Amino acid sequence: MSMSNEALLTLEGVQSFYGHIAALRGVDITVRAGEIVTLIGANGAGKSTLLMTICGNPHAAQGRILFDGQDITRMSSHEIVRRGIAQAPEGRRIFARMTVLENLQLGALSAPPTHYARDLQRVFALFPVLKQRSRQRGGTLSGGEQQMLAIGRALMSRPRLLLLDEPSLGLAPLLVRQIFGAIREINALEGTTVLLVEQDAFHALRLAHRGYVMVNGRIALTGTGAELLANPDVRAAYLEGGVPLPTAGSS
Amino acid sequence: MGYFLQQLINGLTLGMIYGLIALGYTMVYGIIGMINFAHGEIYMIGAFLAVIGFTVLGLLGISYVPVALLIVLFTAMLFTAVYGWTLERVAYRPLRSAPRLAPLISAIGASIFFQNYVQLAQGARVKPIAPVISGGYTVFEEGGFTVQLSYVQILIWLLTLALMVAFALLIQRTSLGRAQRACEQDRAMASLVGIDVNRTISLTFVIGATLAAVAGVMVTLYYGVVDFYIGFLAGIKAFTAAVLGGIGSLPGAMLGGLILGLVEAFWSAYFSVEYKDVAAFTILVLVLIFKPSGLLGRPEVEKV
Ligand SMILES: Nc1ncnc2c1ncn2[C@@H]1O[C@H](COP(=O)(O)OP(=O)(O)OP(=O)(O)O)[C@@H](O)[C@H]1O
Ligand SMILES: [Mg+2]
Repeated sequence: MSMSNEALLTLEGVQSFYGHIAALRGVDITVRAGEIVTLIGANGAGKSTLLMTICGNPHAAQGRILFDGQDITRMSSHEIVRRGIAQAPEGRRIFARMTVLENLQLGALSAPPTHYARDLQRVFALFPVLKQRSRQRGGTLSGGEQQMLAIGRALMSRPRLLLLDEPSLGLAPLLVRQIFGAIREINALEGTTVLLVEQDAFHALRLAHRGYVMVNGRIALTGTGAELLANPDVRAAYLEGGVPLPTAGSS
Repeated sequence: MGYFLQQLINGLTLGMIYGLIALGYTMVYGIIGMINFAHGEIYMIGAFLAVIGFTVLGLLGISYVPVALLIVLFTAMLFTAVYGWTLERVAYRPLRSAPRLAPLISAIGASIFFQNYVQLAQGARVKPIAPVISGGYTVFEEGGFTVQLSYVQILIWLLTLALMVAFALLIQRTSLGRAQRACEQDRAMASLVGIDVNRTISLTFVIGATLAAVAGVMVTLYYGVVDFYIGFLAGIKAFTAAVLGGIGSLPGAMLGGLILGLVEAFWSAYFSVEYKDVAAFTILVLVLIFKPSGLLGRPEVEKV
């Protein structure tokens, strides 16, 4: 594991709005190089908004976002992405009318072309089904295959930071295990830093080095994966179902 | 038979010109979901640039046709590229998130502006040029009727075919083409893979404009006259072609153009020349009523 104490991504007091509605109300998080960090929280807490705000869509209305020491708060999405952040967003959003291969080629857009052939083989090794389906249109893939394609597409850009929004959503347990295995592999073998949003808190926290719990657009709790798994509030709210987490100082 | 064949030749030629203009409508619609009503004026400007170009080259004594043609095509494409780029920046980009009516009005405004600009700069009268390419093949003669395939028609066919092949390769095989298709399908996701969406939209306008410029140059060679008003009718007909083929579909635009050209040629030949424009509009209305998605278009509802 190539983990250091160097912060790769830092959010300071980040706020985001949809029109007048606040979705992020001052978020501070840090992701260090080489880590897997998991973000959990109830529906509507603002997890997807957080990942999208990192990518500049929407832009943070307040606060700062630093990536590798550089202020990316005001940059446009494609500039941020080209600096080494890739996202497999909520809902997968693969290009349905393009082939699997074209989707992967698009993912490789911001990577040096010399790596393309090797990266493609790497993605195919990780998700062999994509190789079999490479000439097929993205829209004809099953949900799980689309999820693999979304992750593969993100990997093709050789990101330093990989943002994954609910990669296990709607997948059969076997596939969930396969996807989580792939995330661990990407992190361990390539040293890719991962920020993972998950509903499946149990598996996600077991996979993660550290985690954050988000409530109502704020970070309510943080700790190592093991600490959060042992926390009674987290267990009550996200692991056994039931009473929501007490929200320290939220409106 | 001979008469029929002649109309077929004329209709195909006309159809290719419509098809080239229609590609611009359909590309822009595909990527920003708006009809660029000023596109016909870009074509008109292309035609004027051809008149100016051939006249200037004539004065300079450059009369070797291939050279003159290449120079004129190149300059017309270059200038219209600038017009297309500017049009997008000024008339469309500021309104990208505005209600749909706003860019429509701004497009019509741009269209009127271009017409008046050319009218002021070039005068309102019809501008003729001396024939650049004359002559042709006699395909066959029959009872005193000769079927002609002129050199200009051959040039139009070859040029259109070459452009279509190049254009298809651009869209299907290059990263710019992939970026365009990605922007068409999901603009936010396109920017998440690192595509500069604004640049891609600008380039789409530029490519559409250069194709219209080629059409303008060819029409100048074909008819030998232009005026500042030709963009209006040609624009509406090419738009009809794009809708007929399925707006957003590139092969559809070409197919729609060919069908429209043929219909117009046969209509003028067998019914009445005066009402030939009615044919185009009748098609537009019928398509909009009975098959709004066009011949090769996707139905609006799509399973993803
Ligand atoms: N495009 C949008 N326009 C307006 N409001 C939005 C939009 N996207 C999200 N929101 C609102 O912002 C808040 C945060 O949404 P977000 O999608 O970030 O939540 P989430 O934590 O990802 O939820 P889930 O677990 O259901 O995916 C919600 O109240 C949601 O209704
Ligand atoms: Mg979400």
